Amino acid sequence: MNYEFDFAAIFTGEYPALMLRGLLTTLALTGLAWVLAMGLGSVMAVIRLTGSRTANAIIWTFVAFHRNVPMLVHIMLWYFGIGAILPISVGDWLNRNGSEFILAMIAIGLVMSAYVTEDLRSAVRAIPGGQMEASRALGLSYLQSMRKIILPQAFRIAIPPLLNQTLLLFKNTSLAMAIGVVELTAAGREIENYTFRTFEAFAVVTVTYLCISFLIMWAGSVLARRYQFIGRR
Amino acid sequence: MWDIVQNNWELLLIGQYPHGPIGGLVATLGLAAVSLLLAIPFSIVLALGRMSPYKIFYLPASGLVFVVRGLPLLMFIFWAYFFVPLIIGRPVAGATTMIVALVCYESAYLAEIIRAGVQSLPPGQQEAGRALGLSYMQTMRRIILPQAMFNMLPSMLSQFISTVKETSLAYVISVQELTYAANQVNSVLLTKPFEVFGLLALTYFVLNLSLTGLVRLTERRVEKKRLGRQMPTPAATEVQA
Repeated sequence: MNYEFDFAAIFTGEYPALMLRGLLTTLALTGLAWVLAMGLGSVMAVIRLTGSRTANAIIWTFVAFHRNVPMLVHIMLWYFGIGAILPISVGDWLNRNGSEFILAMIAIGLVMSAYVTEDLRSAVRAIPGGQMEASRALGLSYLQSMRKIILPQAFRIAIPPLLNQTLLLFKNTSLAMAIGVVELTAAGREIENYTFRTFEAFAVVTVTYLCISFLIMWAGSVLARRYQFIGRR
Repeated sequence: MWDIVQNNWELLLIGQYPHGPIGGLVATLGLAAVSLLLAIPFSIVLALGRMSPYKIFYLPASGLVFVVRGLPLLMFIFWAYFFVPLIIGRPVAGATTMIVALVCYESAYLAEIIRAGVQSLPPGQQEAGRALGLSYMQTMRRIILPQAMFNMLPSMLSQFISTVKETSLAYVISVQELTYAANQVNSVLLTKPFEVFGLLALTYFVLNLSLTGLVRLTERRVEKKRLGRQMPTPAATEVQA
């Protein structure tokens, strides 16, 4: 292999801007899908804990479906499948506002919400039942005790697994390139296509991913230490 | 929906075989199985490095695991796609590329599973092995790893499920597996994307749900065997005496 490295080739002209736009798209996708996953995941976890049998069955199916089908297939199902059967007005609105990005965000968010639900549920189950009984005895309603007593503790227990899911979510946003979202990976491939600087383009993308992943891992360890239960230290 | 299956089941199941490379569901399962089996030796080396007290083994192994954990699988696929042909000097099939990428990726995750398995064994096993005069490597190979690998069977199977899901990414480099076949069907039919992709999702769902059932079954068997192997309970010894 006699290959001459030339990083200057990919740092000229429009390429840095393309890379930066890709990075921003990746971050936006990560952020929005994260909010969706956490929001929906918490709601489903609370519903599952209230114990209505029908609701439980529905959420069990939702979780099983999203955990057992590859994320790429979910993205395709949303983009090609559900995108095609939506009412025309909704479809038009999506097309005007970047349907790839929105549908990929929904697909990724829904898949991750299934994982978040399971993490939260096992965290809530790790909290002694006396906590709920005590707060109900103090006159808080079920939802109040959930919101003020149970969930804040559960989130603490769930911090390590949730940060792991965040890392996975961040990595998995790269799948959105399969339906044409120009995020970081796709930007790298585009630059590689224009410049034939394969190694350099991929190296920059790889290092960028690593930096952000390490940041998430580091934040995870800091948060885990910061919010540890005092009794368990 | 049923007529899609009826007209395309061969393509979805085995691809264009015997007129072309094997594809479809069989290729998906084959890719996952081959990658995971090939990843096992690498992951054992990585796991031993991760547990080593010597920094020259520990640091590179840990670094590798963290780097793999921090990168999307898609990046591994692209790296393999462009550099495997460069390194071996001739073009390779897409399936080979995918296997190389998956082996790199899975090795790191499997290594963590094996490490957990080894560390969950009582330390007395290692000490007893060494006390009997076996070297570190002999103890690992004959005493520790066989037990750890058996206990880790359920986790390995779970990892197989993840790998099955990850093979869908081979679609990006046009390897003919299940997701690729479904896309082929979709581009022929054109008018039924929801049905085709719904069917694809359903196939993965049924496959992986049955595999999850298998994981539960193995979990129970492993648990039973582990409990059975323990010292006889005090009550049992009393009866014998």
